[in-house]
Amino acid sequence: MVQLQEVTLDELKHLVSDRAIQGETMLLNMGPQHPSTHGVLRLMLELEGETIINCVPDIGFLHTGVEKNMEAKRYEQAEVMTDRLDYLNTVGNNLAYCLAIEKLVGLDVPPRAQVIRVILAELQRIGSHLIWLGTQSLDLAAMSMFLYCFRERELILDILELVSGQRMMTTYIRPGGVWRDIPEEFYDAVQQFMAMFPTRIKQYHGLLTKNPLFIDRTKGIGVISAEDAVAWGLTGPSLRGSGVALDNRKTQPYTGYEEYDFEIPTRTAGDVYARYECRMDEFWQSLRIIEQGLKKLRELDGAPVRSSNRKFVPPPRSELGASMEALIHHFKLWTEGFDAPAEYVYMPVSSPRGELGVYLEGNGSNKPHRVHWRTPSFVHLQALPVLSKGLLVADLVAIIGSIDIVLGDSDR
Amino acid sequence: MNNKLLKAIQTIEKRFGVEEHIFRDEYSLIVSPGDVVEICRLLRDGFGFDMLSSLTAVDYWPEGDPRFHVIYQLYSIENNINLRLRAPVSDDNPAIPTIEGIYPNANWHEREIWDMFGIKAEGHSDLRRILTPYDWEGHPLRKDYPLGYEEVQFTFNADEIDAKKPYVKE
Repeated sequence: MVQLQEVTLDELKHLVSDRAIQGETMLLNMGPQHPSTHGVLRLMLELEGETIINCVPDIGFLHTGVEKNMEAKRYEQAEVMTDRLDYLNTVGNNLAYCLAIEKLVGLDVPPRAQVIRVILAELQRIGSHLIWLGTQSLDLAAMSMFLYCFRERELILDILELVSGQRMMTTYIRPGGVWRDIPEEFYDAVQQFMAMFPTRIKQYHGLLTKNPLFIDRTKGIGVISAEDAVAWGLTGPSLRGSGVALDNRKTQPYTGYEEYDFEIPTRTAGDVYARYECRMDEFWQSLRIIEQGLKKLRELDGAPVRSSNRKFVPPPRSELGASMEALIHHFKLWTEGFDAPAEYVYMPVSSPRGELGVYLEGNGSNKPHRVHWRTPSFVHLQALPVLSKGLLVADLVAIIGSIDIVLGDSDR
Repeated sequence: MNNKLLKAIQTIEKRFGVEEHIFRDEYSLIVSPGDVVEICRLLRDGFGFDMLSSLTAVDYWPEGDPRFHVIYQLYSIENNINLRLRAPVSDDNPAIPTIEGIYPNANWHEREIWDMFGIKAEGHSDLRRILTPYDWEGHPLRKDYPLGYEEVQFTFNADEIDAKKPYVKE
């Protein structure tokens, strides 16, 4: 039988103040089964009355050993696991992983596939922000927002289902392109969403932006200065809320983002409300990108969506009956996969939460030697003690929502 | 190549005598673990590398000598440049000095490489396991750590497999 040890206060002594050991302050366990911790996050709080003296996050409840598992799978097999990391940004995870592979082996992606990637990544960004908006407002007691946001997200999931056959775990983006071309109905579905969504954003603003209850709970809460935010490695809207306009789509453009016209919304207050405003503005920017993407997509109608480099990308099904070579490539790729050089690359992309980086190292074989996921949730969570010190427990709930964590992302 | 990056690399090469590795325009410097703290401080204060993007490790067991490489991915927001440091660490009581004092977010990353690879961060303020349970044995991302699997139970062999499982039975 496995012997279970108990964590005693002795082991955590260096994390709490002396007063906690003497019993003057209270130690309170929050989570891992707490609805407002957005998953299985456990926080050990040291409280004086209702004021947080210290907060010690405890993660790892959702650790699934994805990095270890990926080392045992071939490059293309390992991709299905990337969806399951950050389950609100599945397309973005596929994209990061495929871009890393493409960088490692030096594979080109046809322009039409790049445009499809951008459109889907931005739709997913809107979807992820909708979940954030819904849960953040639910934590702050705005129940109806939660229902509205999930209603709109359903339409995005329908679009993902249309192109990939799956609502969430799409694995639609593949090394060298995408799985297959989009169906004709895609244009209408996206255009309908684009026509409807702006009015919905205005409704969200109407419900929250000037709502005194919402402002009371968010303004001046969880303030972090730009210097601190950079030092703690915050990225994405959490950093942009402190006034640093950092976004990998602009600074290190990938998959053709340099051709799109969009802005990086920033705020300078650095509090929960500033981060809220940043994300709300990102809805508009994502819509702008999708609109430009649709136009480009129409121009590229009929163009290939997968690279023609048969050493890495399987040939289309139609070629198999007519070409011996295609059949050989098909067989080789689905039985052995492809080899990658013994080199290493780091591929950062901008996920809805922040910088999602894939460190990929090959060893000359068809399996990766090491895959490391630099996930924004992991980095953001460790700044939680800094953000929450001296505030009330109720504020902590608002802060957890505002840094937009996904525990599958942080625990990997 | 960016002038600022070139200058930073030249300065470090002159002062610490490091090896350089370039692949797909990504620059890596192979540095000695003892110099990591000083190099990081120099890069942050002198060359604007204000963000630690990522910190991880790789295991080269069994052929690799030294066995591990600890990887520091640094980013400069102002100049928009990336630089990677790699510190080879030997198998014998593997340890690196902590860079928590320079980049505070190294704290959890160093806990993670302790948890996953058993590489100690010397001088770390809170070196506990982070992703695995506190009573876990071994370091899962080492190459000599088996992946493990669970046998699938069907009606005909459920009891047989149950008997092998570690949990207590009445």
